[in-house]
Amino acid sequence: MVLLTRKIEFAASHLYHNPHFSPEENRRVFGKCNNPHGHGHNYTLEVTVAGEPDPVTGMVLDLKDLKEILEREVMQRMDHRFLNYEVPELAGQIPTCENIACVIWQLLDPKIKQGKLHRVRLYETPDLFADCYRNGSEGANAR
Amino acid sequence: MSSDAQKGAVKTELGRRYHFAASHRLHSPALSAEENCRIYGKCNNPFGHGHNYVLEVLMSGKIDPATGMIANLADLDGFVEREILDPFDHKSLNKDVAAFNTAVPTTENVCIEIFRRLKTFPNAKLERVRVQETSNNSFEYAGDNPEGFER
Repeated sequence: MVLLTRKIEFAASHLYHNPHFSPEENRRVFGKCNNPHGHGHNYTLEVTVAGEPDPVTGMVLDLKDLKEILEREVMQRMDHRFLNYEVPELAGQIPTCENIACVIWQLLDPKIKQGKLHRVRLYETPDLFADCYRNGSEGANAR
Repeated sequence: MSSDAQKGAVKTELGRRYHFAASHRLHSPALSAEENCRIYGKCNNPFGHGHNYVLEVLMSGKIDPATGMIANLADLDGFVEREILDPFDHKSLNKDVAAFNTAVPTTENVCIEIFRRLKTFPNAKLERVRVQETSNNSFEYAGDNPEGFER
């Protein structure tokens, strides 16, 4: 099995706020991320697909196809957007790195027909990221 | 909005990077002076030398629907600050960290010591630690958790 990784970057704004919390609780739990006007990040997304290289093309999947999927599913949805208000998949969720990574996994997994989605890693900053993997034994023993 | 069932099909980990600068000397009292010099090379310099270490901590757990978080970063940062950064940053690993009074502070052993200290974090499960000694070498440790390396 071979792992193939493609990286893209997008910029978006968000804020953390739970309507069931009091204003004090929101400030205590979410700190400066609770600023009602929001703030933004340059996100870096690494998408890893696992598979066997096709004997004819030598490819796990065509990078052009993956690029198009990422453009359609991630860039058009999230780039230069306010994640709380403009991404329906995140409605009702706090748009943390963990939740955004999960949404991206769910958007990409059904679209990747050649090979299998192995890992989604989303960096919110160079020092903070979330990883998603398929739960269960699939994908085991491959980093 | 994602359902809990959809989320159950995905395992999520939170990764956080920290930075510390420290000095060390690689020297084993079990080896002769010549052997120490041969095995550790310039890392055996008696005055020691230093690195800018990068520590990567991977935590897993359920995403709390109320906060969207596996672990609150303020809690994790405070814990790592107390357990690792305060005792390691701008210190001599050999002289200032008790574990390395005896164990050789190779980055392998630094990983193991950091894992031992961080695995007691109460709010999430420590999956593994990765320590980068320079931009060209890094080490990972997942304790005796076989799943920690399956990703």
